[in-house]
Amino acid sequence: MFKFYMPVNVASHIISFLAALVLLTAFGMLVQKRIYGLIRLFTWQGLFLSLNTAFVGYVANKHHLYISALLTLSLKVILLPYILHILIQRLKIRKEVETIVNVPMTMLIGIALVILSYHLTAPIRELSNLTTRSTLAVALATVMLGLLMMITRKHAVTEIMGFLAMENGLFFAATSATYGMPLVVEFGVAFDLLMAAFIFGIFFFQINTAFDSLSVEQMARLKEDD
Amino acid sequence: MNPYPLIVEMLQIATLIVLAPAFVGWVRTLKCWAQGRTSAGLFQPYRDLDKLFSKDILLPENASWIFRFTPYLVFGTMVLAGGIIPILSIDLPLAPTADVIVIVALFAIGRFFTALAGMDIGTAFGGMGSSREMMIASLAEPAMLMAIFTVSLANKSTSLSQIVHVIYSGQSVLRPSLSFALLAFILIALAETGRIPVDNPSTHLELTMIHEAMILEYSGRHLALIEWAGMMKLFLFVMMGMALFAPWGIAPRGDIAAIPYALVITALKLGVMGIVIVSIETGLAKMRLFRLTEFLGAAFLLATLGMLSYFILD
Amino acid sequence: MNSSTMILVLLGVSLGSAIVLAIAGSIKLAPEINVLGSAATFAAGVGLALEVYAHGAMLAGGDFFYVDAFNVYLAVLTSFVSMTTAIFSRRYMKREREHGRVGHIRMRFYHAMYQLFIFSILLCLLTNNVGVLWISMELATLSTVLLVSLYRTPNAIEAAWKYFILCGVGIAQALFGTVLLYFAAEKVLGEGVGALLWTNLGRVSGQLEPTVLSLAFVFLMVGYGTKMGLVPLHNWLPDAHGEGPTPISAVLSGLLLNVALYALVRCKVLVDGAMKTHHAGNIMMGFGLISILVSAFSLLRQKDIKRMLSYSSIEHMGIATFAFGLGGPIATFGALLHMLVHSLAKSAIFFTVGHASQMHSTQEIDRIKGLFKGNPLVGWGLMFGIMAIAGMPPFGIFTSEFLILTATIKDAPICAPFLLLGLGVAFAALFRSVQSMVSGNVPAYQKPITAAHVPVLLHMALVFAIGIYMPAFLNQWFHTAVESMR
Repeated sequence: MFKFYMPVNVASHIISFLAALVLLTAFGMLVQKRIYGLIRLFTWQGLFLSLNTAFVGYVANKHHLYISALLTLSLKVILLPYILHILIQRLKIRKEVETIVNVPMTMLIGIALVILSYHLTAPIRELSNLTTRSTLAVALATVMLGLLMMITRKHAVTEIMGFLAMENGLFFAATSATYGMPLVVEFGVAFDLLMAAFIFGIFFFQINTAFDSLSVEQMARLKEDD
Repeated sequence: MNPYPLIVEMLQIATLIVLAPAFVGWVRTLKCWAQGRTSAGLFQPYRDLDKLFSKDILLPENASWIFRFTPYLVFGTMVLAGGIIPILSIDLPLAPTADVIVIVALFAIGRFFTALAGMDIGTAFGGMGSSREMMIASLAEPAMLMAIFTVSLANKSTSLSQIVHVIYSGQSVLRPSLSFALLAFILIALAETGRIPVDNPSTHLELTMIHEAMILEYSGRHLALIEWAGMMKLFLFVMMGMALFAPWGIAPRGDIAAIPYALVITALKLGVMGIVIVSIETGLAKMRLFRLTEFLGAAFLLATLGMLSYFILD
Repeated sequence: MNSSTMILVLLGVSLGSAIVLAIAGSIKLAPEINVLGSAATFAAGVGLALEVYAHGAMLAGGDFFYVDAFNVYLAVLTSFVSMTTAIFSRRYMKREREHGRVGHIRMRFYHAMYQLFIFSILLCLLTNNVGVLWISMELATLSTVLLVSLYRTPNAIEAAWKYFILCGVGIAQALFGTVLLYFAAEKVLGEGVGALLWTNLGRVSGQLEPTVLSLAFVFLMVGYGTKMGLVPLHNWLPDAHGEGPTPISAVLSGLLLNVALYALVRCKVLVDGAMKTHHAGNIMMGFGLISILVSAFSLLRQKDIKRMLSYSSIEHMGIATFAFGLGGPIATFGALLHMLVHSLAKSAIFFTVGHASQMHSTQEIDRIKGLFKGNPLVGWGLMFGIMAIAGMPPFGIFTSEFLILTATIKDAPICAPFLLLGLGVAFAALFRSVQSMVSGNVPAYQKPITAAHVPVLLHMALVFAIGIYMPAFLNQWFHTAVESMR
């Protein structure tokens, strides 16, 4: 049987490298204006995440992580981007470009969030003895950057992309803090995500019909001060 | 006293001064090939410089001493930087006098005086070029320092020679922080040396030129010195990048026999970097001036991410 | 029948009804199937409760399910409210359909999702696994998101979108908290599903790493707090509860909020065990108190009756959170009772309000008038409901609020004035608006309807009964639950 050997320290370098790439894609998504480019970045992020999970599985010798990696690959690299592509084609918003206000400020806030995540996860880094413990800060940062993206964006599709990026961060956190949650939970989360994908798909159409555009800015009817 | 370091120092500065035009010639040649034109050959820059040196200087009416002084100063700072950045060897007597931050400052002095000279003569183009140059500088320098700090942190020193030494002694690995810093460095180097997509070195189109606008009034010897300094700057940036990220080939401490080998490797590196520069310049169009903030912002972000991931991941 | 089968029946009936209604939902009898399914669920719930009452807390289905006094009472409550709401929705939705607000397909979708929602809430309550709890909580959100936008008006879609996005963000924080919890538990219990079971976690809570758990609790608090609509994470709640169909508002207010609170309280018990300080309790008290005050003052400004009731839900969730945070037997007892009576009273009010807004074709408080004369059941039901929810004796909410207030004065006197202020303002606001709605002459645009009597009467009778006489079994039950939380 063919077996592939790799020194563990090389693999762990690759792990931190992939973590850095995940962070980079998260920043890229924060400022990417074109919807298509955004989906491409999201796909890359999913790929890095999946590779990362597989490498962690290899280093830690945890075979159930291979299954999670496969799950990520099929869901976040293949299925979700595919669904998004179809939605975008149906909604005819392929070429839509969003204006993002104040890119430098967003970037600076993003950097601040990375530092914050580093500090928040400091106690865990000290307690953990896993090789992946340092990537936990990156995972939390990815969650926070997804959150930031949801706040700064004013387009339904891009808000959802932020949501998905956040989900990626959570998955990443589970991998780096504890070598993954038990498979029952991971499958359940994936199921919820899939269901969410169908729901936001329906939503896009509902919003598009009701507001004639997918910009969320018009959704300001239900304000408190009337 | 051991004469060896002094000899190396001399040799290195000579290499810089002599090889820099050839490198620019190489880049131009490659570019001609890429665009399907016949090139003027590797040695055309030498011929240009020779021609300029043989011409008279034409000074603008209201030029002050700054205008006349600047070419020598710019040339001088480049030569001095060439004495500090390890090109052939890390046994440089000048190296302990200045670290990488000083080198950035040296480049900044050169730029500062070029900008002053651009404004000195009071023409519209000169002032426009100066203001643009300063805008780029204000964005590029923080990013540059951030990238350099990351490398310095990773190698526990700000001295270039020492950095090379550390990289030699330890096992070098794929580090996320260094790769971010490298990416940032490439972006900044493009901006600092006035290459596409930031500036076009071969344009005299008034709306887009930056560096050329500042030196529009220079002629003869002065222009030759400034052009030469510009070539050296490109050369030095390539060498600095090499020293920070891929120093292999530079002669280690006290190894005199490695010098010829280092020369060959340097020439090879320059050849490869020429290809890289040309492929970047052919693949990209020049950016609008107002998009430069985004370009340099990305460089700053990358450099900062590099530094953060040094703390988080390394 | 043993408890494992009982739980499987309980969950199976709702899931089964969801599937049946999804496949055959277009038949005429769909509303009746909905009622029947919910009634069967309720019966199974009561059976399970009797089992637990007789034998005490137990594991079931291997160790996948865990039932004790705390969650079984919520399960019974859930299945009961789901049954009465199904009865109410039969009349209500029929009318909506006659008005052309929903079509054939959407009715089918509505029924299927309703049952799926009940299923996910029951799973949340009965599961022994923290991860599964999270998953089913998310499922509960997802199944109701499209129900909120059922009418497809711009307002409804906006509300549903907000609900989807904000709850999605919130629940994501809770997942991060769960990961941290697992991280701490894995050190003690070893890797695998075992480290996520409430029963195991409870056993070893003393050995869990306190710093990690305190961090985890912050994330869990934010996550489940969003779900519960605690201020300042409440932005979505008035919209979602105000714009959706009334039966959905009733179950969201009456059931979903309770479940989120349930999850939070379970987590709090763990964190308390690990930290041996009042850290978690203090956070909960802070969130609770702010929610009470902010929502009480927001109540004053509301013009839409359903939005007003949603703010009242925030207020009551705030009270319960505050009481759980305060801890101690009296406050915890009060909080448990409060969850129960608030669910019953709030859903009863939503039933009457649903009818009232159908009569006037609007949800605006100013346009609803003369309910006493127009439809006495709706009018008096609303009147008594508001009285109950505002905390007037002799209704059950008075009892629970009184208990909580007593405990506050004893254990945290500094909070008592704020609590009282919030309760007072809320009382005034609610009372001011209900008067104009019930009294006066019947306006010309009011249309007569046939209201669903049973759910309103049943709920109000229960709230009243608990207010004047606490049945012995309920009393003992709460005591057991309080014991399990110490």
